[in-house]
Amino acid sequence: MNPVNYLYLAALLFTIGATGVLLRRNAIVVFMCVELMLNACNLAFVTFSRLHGNLDGQIIAFFTMVVAAAEVVIGLAIIVTIFRSRHSASVDDANLLKL
Amino acid sequence: MNTAATATSTGEAVQFWILGIVAVAGALATVLMKKSVHSALSLAGTMIVLAVFYLANGAYFLGIVQIVVYTGAIMMLFLFVVMLVGVTAADSLKETLKGQRWLAGLCALGFGILLIAGIGNASLKEFTGLGQANSGGNVEGLAALVFTKYVFAFEITGALLITAAVGAMVLTHRERTERAVTQRELAERRVRSGKQVPPLPAPGVYARHNAVDVPGLLPDGTPSELTVNPTLRARGQIRDVSGTALRELAALEQRAQEWREHGRSEDAKGAGK
Repeated sequence: MNPVNYLYLAALLFTIGATGVLLRRNAIVVFMCVELMLNACNLAFVTFSRLHGNLDGQIIAFFTMVVAAAEVVIGLAIIVTIFRSRHSASVDDANLLKL
Repeated sequence: MNTAATATSTGEAVQFWILGIVAVAGALATVLMKKSVHSALSLAGTMIVLAVFYLANGAYFLGIVQIVVYTGAIMMLFLFVVMLVGVTAADSLKETLKGQRWLAGLCALGFGILLIAGIGNASLKEFTGLGQANSGGNVEGLAALVFTKYVFAFEITGALLITAAVGAMVLTHRERTERAVTQRELAERRVRSGKQVPPLPAPGVYARHNAVDVPGLLPDGTPSELTVNPTLRARGQIRDVSGTALRELAALEQRAQEWREHGRSEDAKGAGK
């Protein structure tokens, strides 16, 4: 087996995550799908690191993880705040700025 | 020195095909599950599989960090918020934009084909492997890079984390703008509104069920929703036992009826012998 198969798996997971972001209406599930996309990117980076034989890909994946952690904290705080004021976690209900 | 290889070991191939299927199944379940708790658990499974893949790819530090940070911290934070928010947050299956679902599926399909065809065109036949880069230890190698080449990115990441922590506290903190209502005021308000003056009736049916998800019965035998906790009502977790006694009686009567008919014919057979 060639390690390129890991890249195919990463592409597949990224596509599934993107589909989830487009299809789901619940903000929490949309957020989980974004996490899935980030994880797929990490897998691709780690595989690139192996293909090229240096550790830079792993460093980038490490930074992605840190940014994902920060993003989750802020994103979930925003979801909780919106839920408190509007009593809904649906992305369709947050449409106050719509004309 | 040429360290290029063209294929991994058979063991890794077997592991990839088995766990890859698990990962894709978990990802699909994340998207398709109706309840967000199930989505979160499926995603946690996919993340653990990815951690195993990191370890197989020679990223030992990242594999452990994946388990500790993603499945340990981030997914538990997700579950925490699902418990906090998800009770009444049922996903509406109504389409707000017409045909959006089909268009989204089509876009995703095209995007996937584009990505996979792009990787297929790259035609990478051989790879270097991490044997040399990991020779001084994976963590040591990463540390050397983090503190030399990527030191500025590392510092900025620290600032980002602090900002995120402060931001989360600012967003979720709620300043109390008015005085808390006392018990006496609540009682007076209840009497004035006159809707439900005595305490709410208790759940459960006397001498049969005392669970909180069983609604009490009104004099005419219908269940009263008022007796069940609103959270359970929102989740639809109400166990209706109002018909049980009647059903049991009906089953008993039917058995008696069957016994009367069969018993007589069998008695007749016995007499005939």
